[in-house]
Amino acid sequence: MNILVILKQVPDLVEELEINDDGTDLDRTWMRYIPSEYDEHALEQAILLKEEHGGTVTALCLRIGEVDDTLFTAAARGADRLVRIEGDFEGISSRDAAAVYADHIRRGNYDLVLTGVQAHDDLNGPVGARLAAQLEIPYVGVVSGMHLDPETGVIHLHKEYPGGLLTVIRTELPAVVGIQSAVKPPRYVPIAKIRQASKSAEIGEETAEPQSLTPGYTVRRVFKPEGGGRAEIIDGAPEDIAARLVSIFSEHGLVR
Amino acid sequence: MLAGEEVIEQMWGVSLDRLYESAEGQRILSCIQCGTCAGACPYGEHMLYPPRRIITMLKAGLIEEVFDSDSLFKCVNCYTCMTKCPREIKLTEILLPLVKEQSAVRLEEMPAELQKAIENTYRYGNSYGESARKRAAWIDTIDVPIRILAKDPTPVDILWFVECDLSYHPRGQDAARATALLFHLLDLDFAILGPEERCAGDCGRLSWEPGLAEALVDYNLSIFEKYRFNRIVTNDPHALDAFKYRYPMFEFKYKTTATVPELHRHLDRLAPMLSRKLDYLVTYHDSCCLGRHNGFYDEPRALLEAIPGVRLVEMEHTRENSICCGGGGGGMWLDTWYKQQDIERLSDRRLREVIATGADVLAVACPYEVSRFEDAVKLAGYEDRIIVRDITELLVEALGGH
Repeated sequence: MNILVILKQVPDLVEELEINDDGTDLDRTWMRYIPSEYDEHALEQAILLKEEHGGTVTALCLRIGEVDDTLFTAAARGADRLVRIEGDFEGISSRDAAAVYADHIRRGNYDLVLTGVQAHDDLNGPVGARLAAQLEIPYVGVVSGMHLDPETGVIHLHKEYPGGLLTVIRTELPAVVGIQSAVKPPRYVPIAKIRQASKSAEIGEETAEPQSLTPGYTVRRVFKPEGGGRAEIIDGAPEDIAARLVSIFSEHGLVR
Repeated sequence: MLAGEEVIEQMWGVSLDRLYESAEGQRILSCIQCGTCAGACPYGEHMLYPPRRIITMLKAGLIEEVFDSDSLFKCVNCYTCMTKCPREIKLTEILLPLVKEQSAVRLEEMPAELQKAIENTYRYGNSYGESARKRAAWIDTIDVPIRILAKDPTPVDILWFVECDLSYHPRGQDAARATALLFHLLDLDFAILGPEERCAGDCGRLSWEPGLAEALVDYNLSIFEKYRFNRIVTNDPHALDAFKYRYPMFEFKYKTTATVPELHRHLDRLAPMLSRKLDYLVTYHDSCCLGRHNGFYDEPRALLEAIPGVRLVEMEHTRENSICCGGGGGGMWLDTWYKQQDIERLSDRRLREVIATGADVLAVACPYEVSRFEDAVKLAGYEDRIIVRDITELLVEALGGH
């Protein structure tokens, strides 16, 4: 059972986001990247599967910002193999990224590919689906639990729907799965283990030249939400704010 | 002062299997099983293995069983057991963190808030998960000139190590502003690291996370090397502990003190500035690190007594018997976990002693305590009876005409 986990680097929202001069993308000059939260769940799910059934977990990252820490953390959590693909990937569309992943997967020997169902920097969510399409294998997304039968190579995937419904979807391997959440939150590993991994774990390096597939899309404008003028922001000392709130409530007959 | 300099060399890199190779480890063999440690421990009754039993299990070769329990997650690193031990076994400094480190790895599930705090501290240098670049954002909220060394690296007397809580927590920033004003009025030559500063990696929550502590020590030492300063002053008694007992193992030579004893040194100049009468009945909560671990009991009280109008009243447990606020040893991020286990938070227990004094003001000197006790006050519904203030805040309140 060989599992591949795709880890995507996304902008760290702890830092202020700036928009570039063209107004078409984030300003990535000083951007700080962190692994996408959904992908961290995908990694956790992969390690849980490995613990249950054996096999290997490979963690794969495109070089976007500093990725080594992300890969070493994956190793500390239990990934057996680390792969970093070098190339010009900043701001790459999920469609073009899927082609790079597909190329790596064709050359590998994977039974299952796990990735986050989406990433907050594009919210498109098609990487898993596009990847599966290119590989001509099944894809199931928004998965929050799974059960594998290694004898038959069949996997049962749990999916939550709105309205309080759950489904179990059966598919055969190989397959691509988009993870909403692992059955357990990503585990704690002592920082010493991460530091040790950063000294001893090896990262396999590959290179790829991303192609812009057509028909694609272009981002026309990125901008911060513009105020509609319908909200009143109340500034000042807490007492003044409270007094203003009371007067607004009174005006609307909410308090007497 | 309880931890002698001789301890320092023993503390880093000692593992449980090599414990008895060190003098401090050997001392564990002299335990007489009196149980004072377990009795004095504020959470002893909630531990399957309180310190006395841990020593028994260790001697009997059954320490693995202790690792598999969560007993040590109820250790708040308050130094009480160590202070009370008649054999002077350095429980809090050596044995307990080693056991806790192993327990942490084996926990079924690390309490989420604590895991987040650890990961944040590793990634951002602060447990809040705030941007490192915004660490000195608070200095724009006061009119006192504060020098950031990266901008002006000329030599300075005091490197003021502000620490995470004073940098980011809104109530901590009140103490940061108060401290800056006091340093300025006392004409101290001070500067801060600003965005370059990261958590010191304090004795309490991090001593059992050696990888994180090492990462922070490595980082902060590399920053200290860039600048010339004579000594470090910090408001956080946990950072004081880090610099006093841990950093010296890594070629760190700077004298470090806490803000309270530093202000106390200048009391003759500070006292005349305190011209505004504060008609408060004040009780002071001894911080574990400042008090039990470093012996600063009189300095905070002397500062408070220098404020005209202030009358001091003591709680039932005071000075070396003080009860921990529950924030040490990771407790700061275990409130939910304690609650799930139906264990009372120590700050709630301590607050009852505060209220029993009839005081109007609870004065504190550790940045953990303001938020912990203010939460306890809100929970118990005592907002009308007591306010919580850092000593620096009270001193600034008492400044007349500044």
